[in-house]
Amino acid sequence: MSVEIIASKCTGCEACIPACPYNAIEIRDGVAYLLDSCVFCGACAKECPSGAIVVSDLGPDLGPSSKPSEDGRSEAHDGHGDGVWVFVEQRNGKPAGVVYELLGEGAKLASDLGEDLCAVLLGYNVQHAAEEMLKYGASRVYLVDDPALESFQDEPYAQVICELAEEYRPSVFLFGATTIGRSLAPRVAAMLKTGLTADCTKLAIDKETRLLLQTRPAFGGNIMATIVCRKKRPQMATVRSKVMKAAQRDQARTGEIVKLSREIIAPRARLLETYPIPGQHVNIQEADIIVSGGRGLGCPENFALLEELAELLGGAVGASRAAVDAGWIPYAHQVGQTGKTVRPKLYIACGISGAVQHLAGMSSSDVIVAINKDPNAPIFSIATYSIIGDVVEIVPALISELKAGGH
Amino acid sequence: MNYFLTEEQEIIKELSAKIADEKIAPRAAEFDESEEFPWDLIRVIADADLFAVWVPEEYGGLGGGVFEQCLVVEELSRACAAVAVSYAASGLGGFPILMFGTEEQKQKYMPEIASGSKLAAFALTEPDAGSDAGNIRTTAVRDGDFYVLNGTKQWITNGGEADIYVVFATVDPEKGQRGMTAFIVEKGTPGFDFGKKEKKMGIRASSTTELIFKDCRIPAENLLGREGKGFLIAMRTLDKTRPGVAAQAVGIAQGALDKAAEYASTRVQFGKRIGEFQAVEHMLADMATQVEAARSLVYSVARTIDAGEPNITKASSMAKLFASDVAMKVTCDAVQIFGGYGYMRDYPVEKMMRDAKITQIYEGTNQIQRSIIGSAVLKEAARRK
Amino acid sequence: MNVVVLIKQVPETTDVKIDRKTNTLVREGVSSIVNPFDMYALEQALRIRDEHGGKVTCISMGPPQAEAALRETLALGADEAILLSDQAFRGSDTLATSYTLAKAISKLGEFDIVICGKQAIDGDTAQVGPGVAEHLDIPHITYVSKVEEISDGHIRVRRMSEESYDVIMSPLPVLITVLKEIGEPRMPSIKGTLRARKARITVWTASDLEVDDEMVGLSGSPTQVVEIFSPEIRPGGEIIEGDSAQEKARNLLIRLKEDHLL
Repeated sequence: MSVEIIASKCTGCEACIPACPYNAIEIRDGVAYLLDSCVFCGACAKECPSGAIVVSDLGPDLGPSSKPSEDGRSEAHDGHGDGVWVFVEQRNGKPAGVVYELLGEGAKLASDLGEDLCAVLLGYNVQHAAEEMLKYGASRVYLVDDPALESFQDEPYAQVICELAEEYRPSVFLFGATTIGRSLAPRVAAMLKTGLTADCTKLAIDKETRLLLQTRPAFGGNIMATIVCRKKRPQMATVRSKVMKAAQRDQARTGEIVKLSREIIAPRARLLETYPIPGQHVNIQEADIIVSGGRGLGCPENFALLEELAELLGGAVGASRAAVDAGWIPYAHQVGQTGKTVRPKLYIACGISGAVQHLAGMSSSDVIVAINKDPNAPIFSIATYSIIGDVVEIVPALISELKAGGH
Repeated sequence: MNYFLTEEQEIIKELSAKIADEKIAPRAAEFDESEEFPWDLIRVIADADLFAVWVPEEYGGLGGGVFEQCLVVEELSRACAAVAVSYAASGLGGFPILMFGTEEQKQKYMPEIASGSKLAAFALTEPDAGSDAGNIRTTAVRDGDFYVLNGTKQWITNGGEADIYVVFATVDPEKGQRGMTAFIVEKGTPGFDFGKKEKKMGIRASSTTELIFKDCRIPAENLLGREGKGFLIAMRTLDKTRPGVAAQAVGIAQGALDKAAEYASTRVQFGKRIGEFQAVEHMLADMATQVEAARSLVYSVARTIDAGEPNITKASSMAKLFASDVAMKVTCDAVQIFGGYGYMRDYPVEKMMRDAKITQIYEGTNQIQRSIIGSAVLKEAARRK
Repeated sequence: MNVVVLIKQVPETTDVKIDRKTNTLVREGVSSIVNPFDMYALEQALRIRDEHGGKVTCISMGPPQAEAALRETLALGADEAILLSDQAFRGSDTLATSYTLAKAISKLGEFDIVICGKQAIDGDTAQVGPGVAEHLDIPHITYVSKVEEISDGHIRVRRMSEESYDVIMSPLPVLITVLKEIGEPRMPSIKGTLRARKARITVWTASDLEVDDEMVGLSGSPTQVVEIFSPEIRPGGEIIEGDSAQEKARNLLIRLKEDHLL
């Protein structure tokens, strides 16, 4: 896509300037001018009342990427067209939680494209996990089982995945946006010279072009962007956990396990040892109920109140970045853009103002309760239930009511 | 108000403000509570080259003067007066060496003071010699290639933490002021000890101790200036450093004013922000005007000194007198605006009020300042007749 | 030790807000800053140079105003700063960006370590680091929380994972991306700031880098943004009333019970 300003039509009304997320429009000699920071997203064109901004496709060969053939299955594009792939990240043979969500989402995409949902599993002694992937919806599992792949290391994993992708040519390749995924996927994408979109919150197949529409937040979550990868394949995307819906297990499902062996090159960067992180083992992403605290708690000691409330409710304790940066609670509890994304049934935000970066990590929660003494706190705009009050009074009241009511 | 600083002065001010806001302010209450000397903050200040602003380039400094030092002290004081005075007192100890030292002495001590790797201190006050500085009893007796110091100094800022001390002793108690002589004494010299760290009302993190000299032998090369020149050295030094104390007062006042104004814009009582009540609004107006007036006076005096004006005593005293009185008033008013919260140690303004008080007392009490100014005024009147 | 730091100038995104009435970004008073994670990368680079000697070079790809960000790095102690700026780089996605940055690093000649921040706070992709490593054909390690040792042409680091950390050893040259745990960035110094104001920042264009035109800018970007919109505004919910904290608490619990959450 390319964006151009037709100077003769531009009236200098400046309606386009605030629409640009990249600060890339300036008025020079009375007409709008695009600066180097323009990324050709076209947001300005929508705002122009004079039709002076033109968005056009580049070149003739950027049409629909592939057409469905008579039997509904897509024809190979650029040789690709064989599958929606999901990378099965695993530790000690146990797939990461996000994998099930990718399979859930991947199944929809595969169905829309008329292609197969496949899982790609690398590891050592992980046959059983391969079988599980079939139960969760994969039609085919590409399995490379090798001692050299026992623990994740960037180079051997990237090498094998790359070879598989070049050989079997999937249309779409999904990875979890985990520590491993965010290291592996970009390397693979660069090796395959294809496009990768990170942290997608929504994936869909465009009906006309049959392209994967990848939607993700940018600017700390202040705007959403939809991205496509027109020419290159596979279309790669990473997805954070707790964003998509997990696939359901079906014992009756069967499929094919394609067991492959590869000559694996010894990595330059070698894993020497893995250590568990000392201290409390927290995985708030698994919790159904989260009681979360922010700067409004006033002092670190008040987290004890939240711990008590969480315990009574059977939930976990989360925190805003402000509380973690202040040293009131370890980073493992941080919810938000630079922390964890959570999607519990109930999220109780205590003394959290609701900065966009925090909302990015919890806004998909089913029910949100916000407790804050500032009636203008942004958190209230997304809360299901709002209490305007001092956290230090409300939380103890909740605790005593819960204890009294024998809930 | 725009004071049309040069580019270099802007850099100094901005960097000082950045350190104050990012590194010092978050920890001011913690240091006030623990009364620990803030060494890691001193190191941050030193690494930023701020100790060098008033030192000539040939000694590793940036070549600025009193004005640049005032810029630093003012910004640091907004965040914490104790950290600021620890910085400023090193200047108080360094200025006499710069102004009256031999080339050897300057080469030996100034680079380390400029880099902040060593702190300096100024040791004049004694139990019986406060305002009456000429009444000091610490003696210095020549013995071959050494001087032997005996006596006690009191309330010395940076005591125990500084490495370089400018100490005033008398070589002849009969001669009174004219016997006073300045010496450079290094920490660790045998016979040089420190008393306990004093417990103060404010600037609590700053180290204030006694210095105890018992047959302390220092090399004769450590004589600063000449025998008998000590009183002059002390007075000339104070003339140059009073603007620094004044700048500290301005900074404290500005910090208190900022907090009070923020509070008045958010605290709601009787359905209104309290800043909208004239009583509070007018208090803030008076506070702001006083602070600006104090700042203008301090800046003018500092610029005059740096421009080479020789007769700076009256102006320098005025700046210190006015700014410190303003700081005391503004900080008290700030506590008042905060109401009950102002009295609580969880809120920052009561510390500022406790910190402000000392600015009316040290480096010459405000009563002494008034005497200096008054006597100068009368002298000028007499000359006009 | 020749250390290269990749820098990006970004808007202070925490300042960016959406005007709900017009659904556009409100950017008044939004300043441009050095990407915060890159400051940590620079700090790590300076520490390596302080310990092992050598040179720290900062490289940034961006419009001419990105020079300001590079000057900040010089004020902190970087030895050289290079800006990659050319109309031809417009519209680059992470693949084209990593190709271009890799060309610049190759042009520098010998290097030992390339350090990047974990991610840029505007794009949030964290993709450029590994991409650059691939283009340079060197190993990469992401999420480094600590550099344990550099000796004998090798580096040993800790990489953070969700629940554990790995100790990884790699030969040099290597690319690492770092977390805030790496250590607090230092403050600029006056001498550094003055030097930075006067310093010359090298600018390299597409022809200086001898890039393949198909690999940079729009042409070199497999991905493109096709739409930008503001996130869904969830409707505000119910305000729980009550005369006292106790009553509010009670009323909330009634609601939650009705919703079968308790």
